[in-house]
Formats: sequence, structure tokens, C-alpha cells
Amino acid sequence: MSVAKRIVIEPVTRVEGHGKVVILLDENKKVISARLHIVEFRGFERFIQGRPFWEVPVLVQRLCGICPVSHHLAAAKAMDRIVGGENLTPTAEKIRRLMHYGQMYQSHALHFFHLASPDLLFGFDADVAIRNVIGVAGKYPALAVQAVLMRKYGQEIIKATAGKKIHGTGAIPGGVNKNLSIAERDVFLRDADQQMTWAQSAVKIAKDYTVANLAKLAPFGSFDSNHLSLVRADGAMDLYHGNLRAIDAEGKVIFDQVDYQSYVDFIAEEVRDWSYMKFPFIRSIGPEKGWYRVGPLARLNTAKFIDTPLAEAARKEFIAVTSGKPNNLTMAYHWARMIELVHAMEKIHALLNDKDLQGTDLVVKGERREVGIGLLEAPRGTLFHHYKVDKNDQVVSANLIVSTTNNNEPMNRAVAKVAQDHLQGVEITEGLLNHVEVAIRAYDPCLSCATHALGQMPMELTLVDYQGQILDRKSRG
Amino acid sequence: MSAKVAFTIDGKTVQGEQGQTILQAAALASIYIPHLCAMKGLSPWGSCRVCTVLVNGRPQAACTTPVAEGAVVENDTAELKDLRSSLVEMLFVEGNHYCMFCEKSGNCELQAMAYRLGILAMRHPYMFPVRTLDASHPDVMVELNRCILCARCIRASQELDGKHVFDFVGRGSHRHIGVNAATGAGGTNLKVTDKAAEACPVGSIVKKRVGFAVPIGQRLYDSKPIGSAIESGRAAKG
Ligand code: SF4
Ligand code: FES
Repeated sequence: MSVAKRIVIEPVTRVEGHGKVVILLDENKKVISARLHIVEFRGFERFIQGRPFWEVPVLVQRLCGICPVSHHLAAAKAMDRIVGGENLTPTAEKIRRLMHYGQMYQSHALHFFHLASPDLLFGFDADVAIRNVIGVAGKYPALAVQAVLMRKYGQEIIKATAGKKIHGTGAIPGGVNKNLSIAERDVFLRDADQQMTWAQSAVKIAKDYTVANLAKLAPFGSFDSNHLSLVRADGAMDLYHGNLRAIDAEGKVIFDQVDYQSYVDFIAEEVRDWSYMKFPFIRSIGPEKGWYRVGPLARLNTAKFIDTPLAEAARKEFIAVTSGKPNNLTMAYHWARMIELVHAMEKIHALLNDKDLQGTDLVVKGERREVGIGLLEAPRGTLFHHYKVDKNDQVVSANLIVSTTNNNEPMNRAVAKVAQDHLQGVEITEGLLNHVEVAIRAYDPCLSCATHALGQMPMELTLVDYQGQILDRKSRG
Repeated sequence: MSAKVAFTIDGKTVQGEQGQTILQAAALASIYIPHLCAMKGLSPWGSCRVCTVLVNGRPQAACTTPVAEGAVVENDTAELKDLRSSLVEMLFVEGNHYCMFCEKSGNCELQAMAYRLGILAMRHPYMFPVRTLDASHPDVMVELNRCILCARCIRASQELDGKHVFDFVGRGSHRHIGVNAATGAGGTNLKVTDKAAEACPVGSIVKKRVGFAVPIGQRLYDSKPIGSAIESGRAAKG
């Protein structure tokens, strides 16, 4: 690859909460690549050294704040291994699943309505003054109310299982610290049908929009890639637990049913000098071509089926669009996300009717181990937690690969693709800014800039030529 | 039986007995005087000064001052509340108290005291001291980042366990809790069943691997503020 001159963004120039995007051009002013500069709190691994292992599931949610429940559960799964308690009691596993599906439900609802729907309902090019959640609330008030109530439903489930809506303590090494009382359950059961109806209307909006605009959406920020996720032993989608499966852009299996305790034999992380965030890749393929996508789109591609009927019906419609082949369209993330929203609600409903949630056998322990690895499918994709714990119960080392890190290369590709298709001359237009924003947002990255609820994403876009000269720079937000 | 001693707290007449401290007599009369280093069953200590009351107009530690016939004690006043808040804030800034991921949250007397006093922000700057965590004992963790130097562990070990596991070392701002073994708590004769392992008001001495076993909502101070047991007369009187 004829890489042009590298430019370094000094940490001091970073703007808190801003997405910083650099687009590199070659001699002929054609886009070579894009670099999304992500400010990530890398102090975590250091900070956690020496802490007692039972503190970690509560501690980690503080350090990576956007989906605390996912970190809480991934760390708890890792610590299950430390105490030899990975074979949870039925009550513990189901309470944790309920917590996780509640998190998935509220996160997907938030993303779709608050962040994505303005782009979809008003179009990418619409004035940012109306292309925001306030605009949606004005034009589609019923939808806005639904969005709030769906989010609240998920959050209340988190509260009932974790103790608090954010930063709870429910999952502990080897189990959970509470079950769900009949009274708590009945509140959720009462609203379950209504929530199910809303979830289905959400998937319909996403589907109708995607199908109607397929010609325009298909090339938008799209590219072929590998896909990775956990799946159940029978190949079904499983957001809480399973084995690793990776497929290529055509659907060919790269590996399948890999026990994630040995993930390091299959996944490696590349460090690039311009980014604080690492670039994971599949070892057998190498860093150049081994990168992969995670998250709703990847999960729809890797799963052989979904074990809940409404989501499975929606999945069939989804795969029909690509004739059963993996879907590689960036903008299909939104539709996939809404299929998962339905799946999460179906799972919630089934769990609420399960008597095991009222069980009192909450914690198990077994043979003590020194290494604990916990993976789960967070709203934004596969989340890896990996810890070493010494004889004194103190954490010796930690390695995390968060969903957004897994999607690091794909997000850069998506932005590069959008820039290739929409950059005219060497000037950054409002339209280009909009398109870059829409492409990044499809991945729902855990960046504070991307989850800016009101209005546009604060962003700085820089065009750099092959000699490292800045040709144009625009920022907003 | 000891001689009766009558005095008033905030205008209310209290019958105490000779030899009692003001704190003890108040508790028996269902009056809560905020306190941290005092603990039922341990000898009075008088280091935190959170129990400061006005006795005949002069500030005194209620946990070490004996009852006296006719004394006029002021406890629940805005001025004393402010003074106590300031003292508690000092305890917060002098240590590293991260309640958000501390396993003692909800059961911690310091945190509960801050809630009871209505402390929202610290008036003193945080000092971020460098403190140690000693995890060498198989069943007990000593996490000095959270220590408030109340000496309850020292007294419990000596007075209740008949041991000498903990003691102060260092002077002035370097003063801290040390253990009676060069290799850390694991080298001492401390047992997880010792009273010293339960005496800590904060998360500084905790039993290992218990962590967050008690869910939010069922912890000691989740629904009732610290002191309410004394005020309702249910208290273990101290
Ligand atoms: S370790 Fe606990 S009991 Fe001992 S002095 Fe410190 S705060 Fe008090
Ligand atoms: S309780 Fe009286 S000085 Fe601490």
C-alpha cells in the first residue's frame, strides 16, 4: 500500500467529546484511507492492578461508562472462572440474562430513536436543525413517547436485577446477589405485550426504510468484511454466552465453536502508532485482511438462526435481501439492531414467565483459578474481559477488547468509503460531514461524541495530502 | 447500682448514671449523637471529634466526657452540624474514598454519616494520599486507602480478642495502621472470626470474597439513616 505521509495528532489537540477524523489523500487527490481518532481511557488496565477480584465487576463499569451493564456482566463472567463458579445456578444465569436483555433493549431503543432515527426519518442531508431527536419528537410525537417508555422499561429491568439503573452490583463472582420477586416481575409482565408491539413496529420502520432505500444505502460506507460473534452450540444467536464463530464476507466459516477461554490463539491485536485504540484481527488471516466486524450486523450474519419466533421471522426477511449471503452493508446495522431489539424483548418475556427467577440458590463456587476470561455480546458487539488474579486475590493484569475496538478498522473503512464517494475536490462540505457522521453512527460506537443525544455529532474533519499538508479542516458541535 | 445523674440534652431531661459518658446516656435515652470512633463494647477513644457537643457552652467529645449533674448539653444545633460536617469532610479528603466501587457502600458508617449530615461537596481539597492495600491474609483484606484512623481495630484486637494485631505507626500526617508482622496481615495471628475483623466502620478491614453479596436495597443504611436505631430505641446502646 502506498501510504502517504503520516500525521500525528498530539494528545493536547484532542477535543473532549469530539470525533476526530483525518482523511488521507494520495498524489492524485484520491482518498487512500481514513483515520478515526478515538480517545479511549487506556489507564484502566493499570488502575485495576492490585484490586481484589470481587470488586472488578463493579469497578469496571465506572471506567468505561457507556454500557456499564455489559462490562459488569463480562467482568462477572471472568470472575466466575476465578472462583470456579462458571456453571451458574439456573436462577443466577437467568437473572443475569434478564439484566443483559434489559440492557440490550434499552441501548438499542436509545440508539435507534435518539441517534439514528433522525437520519432515517428526515434523510442524511436534511438540515441539522430538524435532523435531531427534538425534530423527531415534533413530527412523530407518538414515536418519541414510545422511545422514552421502551428505554425506561429496559432500565427498570436493570434496576430490578442489578439494584440500580446504572452502576449496579447484581452480578457477583459465581452468581448474583438477588432474585426477582413476584411483585417486581408482575410490573414487567403487565407491560410486556405493549413493549412487544412497540419493538415490532420499530423493526418495521427499520426494514421498510432499508428496503425502500436499498439502492442508495447499499453502497453507503459499505465494504466486504469478516464477521465475528459468540453463537450458541447449535449456532443460534446468543447474546449472553456461547462460543466464537467467525465467517468471511461470503459466509465461509473461518472458525466455529471456539471456546473463548482460548481466544488469544485466534484473535490478536495490532498497535498502530497513530491511534490509542488497538486493531484486533484474526490470527490465521493476519492484520491486513483479518479484521472483522462485530455488533448487530455481524451477529445477524454469524447466527444460523434466532431461537425466538418473531425475531427469527424478521431475520428471514433480513437475509432474503442478500439471498442468504452475509450482509455487508453498513446501513443494515440499524435493521439488524432492531431485529435484536425484538429478540431481546421476546427473551425478556419468556424469562419473566420462568419460575427460576424466584429461585434462592444464587451463588456457586468451585476450583479456584488464576485466569478468568469473560466474553459476551454487548449492544455494540463482542466484549472481551481477561484477567489474571494472584493467590492473594489481587488482579495482576487485565486486558479488555471493547466492542468499539473490535469495530475500529471497520469504522475507518466506512468513513474512507464515504469520503471516496462523496468528497469533491479538496473541500470539506457540510454534506461530507453529514455523511461521515451517519456512517460512524451506524456502528453505534461507544464514544461520547457519537452518543450525543441532541443534534449533530461534535466532530472535526481534516483533509491531509500525501505530503502531510492540511488541505482543509472543518469542525462543528 | 450507680448514682443517678440528671442533665439535659437540647432541653430534654436525661437520666444518666455516674460513670457513663454523655454518648452512652444519650443513647439509652434514644438520643443520637453522631459518632465514628466510639463503638459499643470498646473503651472510649475520642479521636474523631464527630461526637462534639456543647457542655455548658464548651465543646467536648460526648464519647469521653462523663455525665454530670445539671449539665446543659447542646447536640442538635446548626452550628454543631456544620462543625461535624467539616470534620467528616476532612476524613473524606484525607483518604481515598471511592464509594462508587467500594464494597462497604451502603454499610459504611462514614458514608452514612455524610448522608445524614447532608454533605454534598467537600469544602477542603482532596489530598489523594498514597496508601497501601494488604491482601496477604487469606481471609481478611486491609485496604488502608479507606482508613479513617478511628483505632477501633486496635482496640477490638486488644480488648476483645486479647491480641495485638493492629497499632498505629508513624507520626502526624504519616500516621497509619500497621500490623504486627513484617510480612503483612497474613503474618499475624488475626483470624477472620476475630472481633477486630468486624470493627472497622469503613471498608478498610473487610472479609475477603464477600464483596457485593448484599444487594442494593438490603444494606444497613439503604432505607434508614445512621442513628435511626438509637433514635427508635432499638439500639444497641453505645
Ligand atoms: S482500619 Fe478501620 S477500624 Fe482500623 S483505624 Fe482504620 S478505619 Fe478504624
Ligand atoms: S466518637 Fe467521640 S471522638 Fe470519635
